[in-house]
Amino acid sequence: MIEAASPSASELFTLTDRGLYCEAGDFYIDPWRGVPKALITHAHGDHARWGSEQYLASDQSKPVLERRLGPKSEISSLPYGETLVINGVKVSFHPAGHVLGSSQIRIEKQGQVCVVSGDYKLDPDRTCENFEVVRCHTFVSESTFGLPIYHWPDQQDVFDDMNRWWRENAEEQRPSVIFAYGFGKAQRVLSGLDPEIGPIYCHGAVEKINAAYRECEIDLPPTEYAGRADDKKDWSRAMIIAPPSAQTTTWLRKFGNYASAFASGWMTVRGQRRRRNIERGFVLSDHADWPGLLNAIEQTRAERVYVTHGYKRALVHWLNNHGYQAAELDTMYEGEQDDDRTGDSEEETTES
Amino acid sequence: MEQFCHLFRRLDETTRTSQKLEAMRDYFLEAPAPDAAWAVYVLSGRRLKRLVKHGDLRRWSAELAELPDWLFEECYHTVGDLAETIALVLGSGEQESVSGTLTEWFEERILPLGSMKEEGQRLLLQQAWSELGSWSRFVYNKLITGGLRIGVSQRSVIKALSLAYDLEPNVISHRMMGTWEPTPEFFNQLISPDAGETALSQPYPFCLAHALNDPPETLGSLDDWHAEWKWDGIRAQILRRGEEFFLWSRGEELLNERFPELDDDILDLPEGTVIDGEVLGWKDGRVLPFGDLQKRINRKKVGPKIMKDVPIRFIAFDLLEFKGEDIRQQPFAERRSQLEKILATDEESRLMLSPEVIGNDWDELAEERSRSRDLAVEGLMLKKKSAPYEVGRVTGTWWKWKIEPYTIDAVLIYAQAGHGRRASLYTDYTFALWQGDTLVPFAKAYSGLTDAEIRRVDRFIRNNTLERFGPVRSVKAELVFELGFENIQRSTRHKSGVAVRFPRIHRWREDKKPEDADRLGHLLAMMPSEVETITAAEEQG
Ligand SMILES: [Zn+2]
Ligand SMILES: [Zn+2]
Repeated sequence: MIEAASPSASELFTLTDRGLYCEAGDFYIDPWRGVPKALITHAHGDHARWGSEQYLASDQSKPVLERRLGPKSEISSLPYGETLVINGVKVSFHPAGHVLGSSQIRIEKQGQVCVVSGDYKLDPDRTCENFEVVRCHTFVSESTFGLPIYHWPDQQDVFDDMNRWWRENAEEQRPSVIFAYGFGKAQRVLSGLDPEIGPIYCHGAVEKINAAYRECEIDLPPTEYAGRADDKKDWSRAMIIAPPSAQTTTWLRKFGNYASAFASGWMTVRGQRRRRNIERGFVLSDHADWPGLLNAIEQTRAERVYVTHGYKRALVHWLNNHGYQAAELDTMYEGEQDDDRTGDSEEETTES
Repeated sequence: MEQFCHLFRRLDETTRTSQKLEAMRDYFLEAPAPDAAWAVYVLSGRRLKRLVKHGDLRRWSAELAELPDWLFEECYHTVGDLAETIALVLGSGEQESVSGTLTEWFEERILPLGSMKEEGQRLLLQQAWSELGSWSRFVYNKLITGGLRIGVSQRSVIKALSLAYDLEPNVISHRMMGTWEPTPEFFNQLISPDAGETALSQPYPFCLAHALNDPPETLGSLDDWHAEWKWDGIRAQILRRGEEFFLWSRGEELLNERFPELDDDILDLPEGTVIDGEVLGWKDGRVLPFGDLQKRINRKKVGPKIMKDVPIRFIAFDLLEFKGEDIRQQPFAERRSQLEKILATDEESRLMLSPEVIGNDWDELAEERSRSRDLAVEGLMLKKKSAPYEVGRVTGTWWKWKIEPYTIDAVLIYAQAGHGRRASLYTDYTFALWQGDTLVPFAKAYSGLTDAEIRRVDRFIRNNTLERFGPVRSVKAELVFELGFENIQRSTRHKSGVAVRFPRIHRWREDKKPEDADRLGHLLAMMPSEVETITAAEEQG
């Protein structure tokens, strides 16, 4: 059995109780506690936490990071592919294809290259730059969907299904509600909707992030804030995008006899959908599926692979049986959380 | 097959009964009779005998997916359903369209598995799996393994057929009785026009009782009331009409085939008789615990062993039709005395009169009621002697005067998220009692707390989770609850050695520490030592 390991001394980073630390460059990557200098792969809450003195992220991460971390945070950014030298360590950001601005962080010193990929997916996505293969010696990979039951369907088929479902509901005068994480998934869903079918409304937490996307010139269909209270609107042909936390709130009441769906990679398994008590599940994930993980890892040509959040054990075991040196890394990243949570919508959108 | 896969998807995509019915109705209207017959067969829960060993299904699908066994098992563990795991690990496949009818699939690629050697099975299955997309592969696997778990039952199939072909559900129920093969002839007969069967098979709506919460004195003089035991079995109506007989449950499920030993006694009843009563497990002159009867109901086939282990009786307590005439408007006392006459003729009969419980006043009756637990009944029923047989739950004519439930203080140790509107809260709890210094789980309970309490408990659970097992969390042993329940029974299936019936949360004992909770021994001591025999004398009442 493979134990969770700390990287060996030859690596460019170590695992500390604050997060991944690059001693040579004296910076952290996605730390889970406040540190002097934090490099951020992407603005999801489990990767971009509050409390550090300085943040560095990709240019496209900045608008969401600012909304997340507050205006007082010191956030600087780099365009994708541009190299910055920090204490002799070369640092650059490369698209991870996960959400707007998401990056793989490449660090290099004395010819040794390590890539920390945060969260990533290989499938195309109109709302962010697509995954770029970065060759390296050491690759740090997530494993959220690291089991061979996860094979993503073609995204266009999923969007077609979604629009068909919406149209059918609209014909029956039923509003459609899709639950999707407020940052990333919600915008990807929006990008696939056909605005001819009816008006699109968003929960406040989603609408706030939409603005950041539009700031970065990402093309989204027109949306409108669905409002706080019991607004009397004609919802009968509407599509409403809401974060999963809204599922149990009274906010939904105003939509009456709405049809509900959830967009997530977890919807692959029927039991997950039934447990959430929703009618439809659309399999749409911003993480790599099993073939995607193996494909990405292979293409980096890395020899050593460290596996973070998800089905770590299975992926590590598989990689070790297939010629890699792989080990688990116990981080505090959470993956695409299926677990329900309480708390306000702000907290909710920080998931995955 | 394509059509059936589509039906299966429609059934899976909705939790609403009405939409499930619509989906089946559409299918039964559109599908050719041979396919529809197979669909009735599988959707109503009938199973083929095992065609392929599950171990082989696992091995061959892992082999086809090029996965090591450990990884396949990991997947199976996550998915929890073999048919689905196989469908998923093989990926999305070429295309979702499937050629061939459902009947062809059964005849060529499902039924032949049963008579094949291993190698032949492997080739056939792997070939089929490779051809199918992941959804149709899932449906195919379900047809092979049985146990669809798609939220439909024989009842809903009957309902859908009745909607599709405008027939009384009871007529279809009756036509589906017995053994039959899923042939087009069978299906055509199933949906053929009503030939007077409705009139023959229709039960009366049941009269239901209200719980008596006030003191019985509020009902006035005892002379106006008839008391009998409140039996803990399956409420049912016997119809003996024409050449036929029907035993209907309250849910209008036809029970004839569940209790074949009643056949002769029912047929001996005079034609044109309808009796209201209760089916009970009954052995050596006493009621068996409901759990035993439950075991028997859960069997698909009633074999000689279960009939010997759980013999049954029908306890009759009302007469609704006599000599072909609806007598529900007659006063209870008259109906009852007519019923006594009908049943008095045969001492050996498995149809038994529910004995009257006698007391000179309410106090004496209360005294009788206190023996309920020893007699394995739920308390007393009080029926107004002058009242007609009412429809549904009507106040003032039938009262159930139940005994107080048992109570015990137990510790919350596991929690799981609820359903429906509570899907995001931990509302399903498992409780434990002390044995030595370990806590032994003994009951699950869902209801009984206020919304505010549920939210507080939910917060506690989230902050005090020790381990997660899928959707279940083990929780620090700290919260104590008073549980009420109706009955205790020995059980080899439970770690505690006992099973309690209808456990529910009475209140949150925030005043108690976990070490103040009760011991398992305390629960065991509550179990009735030996269920008393209801004597023949009492039967005559
Ligand atoms: Zn993550
Ligand atoms: Zn993420």
